[in-house]
Amino acid sequence: MPILHVEGLSHSYGERHVLRNLSLAIAAGESVALLGPNGSGKSTLLRLVAGLLTPTAGRVALVGSVAAAGRPEVGIVFQESRLLPWRTVLRNVTLPLELSGESLPSARTTAEAALKRVGAGGLLDRNPAEISGGERGRVALARALVRQPSLLLLDEPFAALDAITRARLDDELPELAAGAATLLVTHDVAEALLVADRVLMLGADGAIHLEVPGLRSLPSADRRAALLSPDGAARQTRLYAALDSVAHA
Amino acid sequence: MRRLSQLTPVAVAALLLAAWEFGVRAAAVPQFILPAPSVIAVRFAEAWADGTMLRHLVPTVTEVTVGGLLGGALGLLIGVTLGLSGSARRVVSPYLVAAQSTPILALGPVLVLWLGPGLAAKVAVCALITLFPVAISTLVAVRDVDAGTLELMRSLGATRWQSLRYARLPAARSGILAGARVAATLAVVGAIVGEWLGGTAGLGVLLNLARGSLFDTPLLFADLLQIAIVGVSAYGLVLFAERVLSKKIA
Repeated sequence: MPILHVEGLSHSYGERHVLRNLSLAIAAGESVALLGPNGSGKSTLLRLVAGLLTPTAGRVALVGSVAAAGRPEVGIVFQESRLLPWRTVLRNVTLPLELSGESLPSARTTAEAALKRVGAGGLLDRNPAEISGGERGRVALARALVRQPSLLLLDEPFAALDAITRARLDDELPELAAGAATLLVTHDVAEALLVADRVLMLGADGAIHLEVPGLRSLPSADRRAALLSPDGAARQTRLYAALDSVAHA
Repeated sequence: MRRLSQLTPVAVAALLLAAWEFGVRAAAVPQFILPAPSVIAVRFAEAWADGTMLRHLVPTVTEVTVGGLLGGALGLLIGVTLGLSGSARRVVSPYLVAAQSTPILALGPVLVLWLGPGLAAKVAVCALITLFPVAISTLVAVRDVDAGTLELMRSLGATRWQSLRYARLPAARSGILAGARVAATLAVVGAIVGEWLGGTAGLGVLLNLARGSLFDTPLLFADLLQIAIVGVSAYGLVLFAERVLSKKIA
């Protein structure tokens, strides 16, 4: 049974239609990347799945029940890290647990473990303003993972980072997600292939146009090489061609 | 360099006082027009020694404290409510602006008529004069919290109350405290003017006494000095509260 089941989903902002009759299923632990031109509705889809928007038509079922904002089974990382500047790194990560009513000492222990797992264990008492963009990305990821979600939603989480930091996080992401199914929205073809089991191309009409298998199932050390292999290059070419055609459709 | 820049205001004050002292003596200005700083200092010490200053200071500080806290709390409550609710804002905001454009001090005589010449009327003037800057700065700060932060809170399942407690209020803190800083000095103005409208004790009453029946200009200036000290202390207390709060929140 899929962990996420999207059926006949449509959404419009007033007169502007961004998603049309979109259907999609993600299995437990599976990782799906969504590529598409600006305005194709990628971020809208994530918000609908997270329950932050209500669809104009269609249905989003999450572990069998209708999606609603704030479900602990869902973790979300936005384009910007959105860390609260008045809280330390550790207290930013305890926040989701505090909101669920967990006591602070127990929340601290869980949050520390989550920060260690994403490689930010040395930042606990720092303020968000004192750490680098890559570190903020890691902390935002720890915050999304701290309630051990079964679905992780990623809205271009590394778009604002420099190329090296971004490449490192792309390489690590499949392992950092810790078994959660992921739905990643991105503009970056290579990132999509590295991080996902399946890469979907969303057209400007808000429907899925192409599906290409990703490289996530390979061991992390082999993924970059596979990306540059003839097969990897062919997958990239197909996706670039599709991106080009949907962007100019 | 840092020490020098800290010393500069003190040096400027010393210079101004010296010029005042020298000028008044050189030009033989009568004491009932402008007393020399040394004369004011002596009168200030005397007023403290014979208990005059303390007798008048206590009611003023009480009015500023009670009125300021009451007005600040009400202003915070009104500001948060209007900051959260667009419909309440649309209904109430025009009245809030109209009320702020009315000189609160002009309401003094009405308040004395309703509440009598005692403490209550002065506390009411202080409360009203503090309420508006706090309410308006809180409204703006709570309303204008970053939409991304609020979306994050929703994605984490925060209730409306949790969103206020964990995101809106901490984000709005500096805006609210800016209003409180303005309000602290206004509260002192409110107390003094309230005391002019009637009463038997208070630094405002002492101003009238020193200028009128006592005809004691050095005491008048000593009283002004005391009022300035109260104003600066009120402002300093808000700054102190700001510092404590920022440590607690972090």
